[in-house]
Parts: sequence; structure tokens; C-alpha cells
Amino acid sequence: MVAPLLEVSGLTKRFGGLVAVKDIGFAIAPGEILGLIGPNGSGKSTVMKCIMSIVRPNAGSVRIAGTEVAGWPTHRIARAGVGIVFQHSHPLPRQTVLEHIEIALLPDSLLKLVAGRHVAERARAIAARVGLDRVMHRLPRTLPFADLRRLELAKAIARNPKVVLVDEPFAGLTGSEVADFSALIASFRAEGHAVLLVDHNVKGVAALVDRVFAMYLGERVAEGSAEEVMRNETVRAVYLGGRMETAARPARDAATRGVLLSVEKLSVSYGKAQALDDVTLHVGAGEFVSVVGLNGAGKTTLFNAICGLVASTGAIRFAGADLRGRTPARIARGGLVQCPESRELFGDMTVRENLDLGGQHLTRAACARQLAWLFELFPILATRQRQTARTLSGGEQQMLAIARALMMQPKLLILDEPTLGLAPVILEQLSKALEGLRLTTDITVLLGEQNVTFALPHADRVYVLEHTRIVWEGSPARFAEEAGTGYL
Amino acid sequence: MLRSRNAWLAMAALLALYLLPIWVSGYVLGLLTVAYYYAVAAMAWDLLFGFAGEVNFGPSFLVGLGAYTAALLNHYQGTPIWLCLIAGAAMAVAGGVVLAVPALRLRGPYFGLVTLVAVLLLQNMIVLFAGFTGGEIGMDIPDVLSIDDHTNYWYALGFMTISGALLFGLSRSTAGLILQASGQDATEAAALGFNVAKHKMAAFCISALFSGLAGAMLVFYLGTASVGTVVDIAVGVQFIIAAVLGGRRTIIGAAIGSIFLIVAGEVLRPLGELSTFAVSAIALLVILFFPGGFLGALRPRGG
Repeated sequence: MVAPLLEVSGLTKRFGGLVAVKDIGFAIAPGEILGLIGPNGSGKSTVMKCIMSIVRPNAGSVRIAGTEVAGWPTHRIARAGVGIVFQHSHPLPRQTVLEHIEIALLPDSLLKLVAGRHVAERARAIAARVGLDRVMHRLPRTLPFADLRRLELAKAIARNPKVVLVDEPFAGLTGSEVADFSALIASFRAEGHAVLLVDHNVKGVAALVDRVFAMYLGERVAEGSAEEVMRNETVRAVYLGGRMETAARPARDAATRGVLLSVEKLSVSYGKAQALDDVTLHVGAGEFVSVVGLNGAGKTTLFNAICGLVASTGAIRFAGADLRGRTPARIARGGLVQCPESRELFGDMTVRENLDLGGQHLTRAACARQLAWLFELFPILATRQRQTARTLSGGEQQMLAIARALMMQPKLLILDEPTLGLAPVILEQLSKALEGLRLTTDITVLLGEQNVTFALPHADRVYVLEHTRIVWEGSPARFAEEAGTGYL
Repeated sequence: MLRSRNAWLAMAALLALYLLPIWVSGYVLGLLTVAYYYAVAAMAWDLLFGFAGEVNFGPSFLVGLGAYTAALLNHYQGTPIWLCLIAGAAMAVAGGVVLAVPALRLRGPYFGLVTLVAVLLLQNMIVLFAGFTGGEIGMDIPDVLSIDDHTNYWYALGFMTISGALLFGLSRSTAGLILQASGQDATEAAALGFNVAKHKMAAFCISALFSGLAGAMLVFYLGTASVGTVVDIAVGVQFIIAAVLGGRRTIIGAAIGSIFLIVAGEVLRPLGELSTFAVSAIALLVILFFPGGFLGALRPRGG
């Protein structure tokens, strides 16, 4: 047995009364990839942050190649041989890709004012290795998302760390990019690094990992090969809970009820880049319409254009009135409410305060009624009323965002990627809530989704948005045969 | 290519400033002398704001510490000027360390508030011990750098040139790069193995050193130290506006901004009371429409 490069034992982290990580322990040998998985709020990211001391653990031991580093300052742990690939990057505004990699190679010195020649050479080699060689003289903000992730990877491996931590390695990447990244991560293994991949589910990392460690609510639930963990009863219960219900309801005949929202020939461009091209769509009163499309297809741009948040050309009519020239606030008060992808909660306010803000324009009695109804729809929010929004888990935050939008009693609710970053078990709760919403009210919903399995069951009608254009429209039943193959 | 073009522009501008005394009056030289000292304070502020990512709302705390330390020593002890300058700079560095401690612990607006309170405290102390410090009226100091306009102008311009070159070089060095990375995302910088606290602390000390030195030089030019010229919040705001106006993260922009503010104030003097308003309005417009400042507007967009 080779001595492990990373050894974690008894790791515990409490945030106030909440135990985010409870007595977690695992070891990674040289040349091994461990997948640390768990749904949102399971504590897996906290474990990663504890290893790096970005969050100080309350108890437990973290050993890097035998050296105890728990509680050391982050920069010393980094120097002891740990590299971390962050999910989001905050690149400097005026430095090129190559210069960013060079920064990672610099000694931590106040007195060294000029980088040695070898730094530039090594930076070039690293850029070539991660596939950034063609863009290394560009500014990061001009790069596509996948290249920014490559840059994060490049920085993390610049100093040849013994242990590499990767946060959600494939989030937001397309199929071919995933293959590239997998190959890169596999090459770390080949070089004898210990690699920790943190992700939502086993499936995403199954092909790459040697072992999987599954967490739920801060505790270990399973450990073993990817197959073993996927077969594990507890894991199945955590992730699947039950089957996602696709209760059919009689389709509403949009024709008899009239059109609530009509978008004609809508185009949006950001500088040179065309973000939306000649999009026409209709939503009938009471209809549930899903717009499916991959990241970057233009869903968020479409919704922002409808809500008056970005400038566009074309016509948008809502409830018979032209929306052109109206402020976003007036459009929202008119009953067209968006629940944005980024949720935009007021993090320091409590759940209740967030909801009350949504219900500002209601009378006291109407507000109370609306609240009671929403607590029925999202029971978890009722128990979290006094908690600040920031401390909620991702799924709970999403529910709060939807509930706050519903407090405005919208005629049309736009939901932009509600499933973003949520674990399957949460998706199901969310799905149930949407079903409840659809069955108990007359509300019209326009849903934007990347996750087709989530978007289809509720929809009366589906649009497929691909590279700034609508390429398909039809019923969910026809989606699988007509558009499904092209999309999946 | 661009870099060399900018370098030539900077050299040409400096040369023009050095030749200026041939044409202009002593009065204009006096104005510019003050502008140059202010420029150093503004450049030192940009090191903290633009690179370390710390918004110090009280740059005049550091300037004032340097100025009053030098003034008191000279007034009461008759300490030679050069020693007063060193003492002033040292005191400012001590003040910088005092500011850095909360900066490294507090996040967001709280640090800004601490820096504001620091200025108010200093100002109150000076006024409170008026018998010793001269209070609001100010304090005469026996020694001056020179009584000749030209000599004073050379001192200030030389001081600005050297300070600017040092600060600019530092900002472009690898240490400056690490500082900028720390300011942008401290967690990420630490994860790359950089001791963020050390780099930020160094930035505070360097910024304080130049600020304090500028304050001390200024009182030996003016021959008097007063709250209104080196400590008041309004003075600090002027440094901040100068740096933002000239262009964040450029160092040189802060100097351009300072000179602009003082020259514009003078050009618009015929407007009387309105001149301050006009200068403020111009500053506001530039900040609103060219958030990158003068130098930012020159820089080609995109990449």
C-alpha cells in the first residue's frame, strides 16, 4: 500500500448550529482520482474548503503527504502541495492569459520585482498543455467559458501540486469540452497526483474516478467504486427519492383563451455578438410553455428582453399592450414577473422579509392569504421563515426565489433555469411544487430549461432554442422523436 | 508597441513640465508645486485602491500624520528638514500599519468607515490640542525648503517624478502583479500560495510612506501646517477624485488627475464660488461616462 498523498480524518465543520460536515474521513493515494459527491447542501464543497483552510475546520486532521496541515493558513497549504480549481474565475482586467499563468508561478516575495525567464517558458508550456496556447495573448474577459475554466486549471497545476482539488469539473461545458477536461484530469492521475473531484452526482464523474465518496447532510453515506455507490440503497434514496411524476393534465386549449404574451421577430445583440435572432413565440393564457436550450443558446437573453432588461428589436405584446418603452419595474408590476437564473435574493434578509418584499403592493389580508398558499406549496419555507436567505441551501433558495416572484401575483411567471446547480432530490421537490402550481392556479408559466427531463413533464408546449434561434416548436409528446435526438 | 508609445508620451509630458518655468509666472509654478505634492498622495492612494483593492476613504490621515509629525518636530525641536521628512514618513507608515490591521480583518464598507473615522480622529486631536498644534489656525514652521519659486518647483517636480517612477515600476513588477491578484480575489491568491496579508500590509506601508512624505514636503513648502491643507476630509476626497479621474490602476493617471483638478480650479477661478462646483461637475461627468478615467478612455477597448 502506497502512503496516501491526501489523508482526511474526523473532519468536522459547524456554522452556528448547523453541522455542515460531520466526522468525514478519506484518503487519496498517488495516481488516484476520488469523486466526492453529494447533492446541494450535503457539505461536499465545505469539505473541499476545509482541506484548503478557506474555511477553518472545527475538528479533524488533514495530512498532505504525511504533514498535518489542518488549520494552517491557505497560502501555506497551497505551498505544501495543494492546488484548487475554482468553479468561477475572477481574472484581472488588464493581464493576458499567459500573464495569469505566470502569476501562479511567481514566488511569494515582496522583493522580487522581475520574473525569471524560466517563468515565461513554463507558463507557455502549461498553456499548451491545457489547450490555451492559441489564446494566451488575449485578455480573459474575451474568452469563452470553457477557456476560463482551462485557465483556472492551468493556475492550479502551475506549481505541480501533489494534490489537485477540482470543484464541479464539468459544470457548464459541452460534450466535447467534457472529453477534453476528462483527458486533462486523467493525465494528472498518470503523473501520480492525487485528485479530488467534487460534483453533484456519480454519473457525471463515473467514467473518470477510481473511487467515489458520497455525502448527504454533512455525513458519509457510501464509499466504493462508482458502480457500488450507484447501487447503494442509501444513495439511491437520497438521489432518486421516488420517480419524477409526469401526471398528465388535460391540455388547455390556448386558442379559446387568447394569447397572453406574443413575441415577434425579437433580436438582441451584445456588441458584435448576436444573442437572439428573429425569435417569434406565443404563450396562451393559462399555458405552461417550456423553452429548452443549452447554455448560451439565448434563453436568459430572451427573458431579459421580454422583461425590458436588455435592449432589443422586434415586438413584444403582453395582455394586449405593447411593452416597448416601459421600464422593467412597470412591466413587472403589470404582471409579467421573472424569477431569474441568478435568483437575486436579498441574502441578508430573512425568508419572510424576502417574501414580504415581493408582496409589498398587496393589502395586508391578500398578503397573508398569498403567504399561506405559498407555505402550502413550499412547506420548507414555512419552517425557515426567520432564517436569512444566504444561509439556505441552493434548493431552498430557488424555492424562495419562485415564492417571492409568486408573491407579486403574476399573470405570467418566467422561470429561468430553476434547476441550475440543484441535486436530483431537490429537482423532484421543485417539480412537485410546479405541478401543484399548475393544478391549483390559473397561472401562465414560461420556463427556460437546459434539463429536458425537468422541462417536459409540465409543459403544454415546447420551443427549442438553439444558437440564438427557435428551431422547433411542438408538444412534449412529439419532442422525443422530432427534436430529442438533435438536442440530446 | 503601445507600451513604447505611452512611454514616449510620458517622457514628452514630463519634459514639458521641466521646461515650464521658462514661460510661466511664479504664481503658476506655486500652484503646480502644490499639485505635484497632491499627485504623489493620489498615486499612493491608487496603489491601495487600484492594486490592493482596498478603498481608503481617508488618504489625508496618512498625509496629515506625515505633515504634522514633520511640522511639530521642526517647530518645537528645530529638527533639520531632512530628519523631519524621515520622521514624518515613518509616522505615516506606522499609521498605515494601524489602518492595515482592520483592513485585513474587515470586509466591504466597514474598512472604508474605519478610514473615515481615522481622519476625523486625527483632525479632532489636532483641534483639541490646539495649544500644542495650532489647532484650526495652523502652525508656523521656521524652516522652509526654499524661498525661491523655481527651486520649490524643482523639488516638487523631482519628488513627483521619482515617486511616480517608483510606484509605477512597483505596480508593474511581479510583486505588483501578486498584489493585484490579492486585491481581485484574496481566496484565489491564497490558494496559489501567496500570503495575501503580507502583500497587502506591504502595500499599506508603501502607500503610507509616499503619502506621509508628500505631506511633510508640502508643509515645508507652505511654511505652515494646517488642517485645511493636509488633514481635512475634503483634501482626502480631492486625492480620491484625482485618482479616479485619471484612471484607476494606472498610478500615472492619479498624477494627471491631480494636476487637472488644481489647474481646472484655477482656470475657472473667474467663476468665483461656482468654480468648485464646475470642477466637481466635470469630475462627476468623467466618472459617470468614462469610469476608466482619462487614461481608461485612451486605452483601446476589448482585446
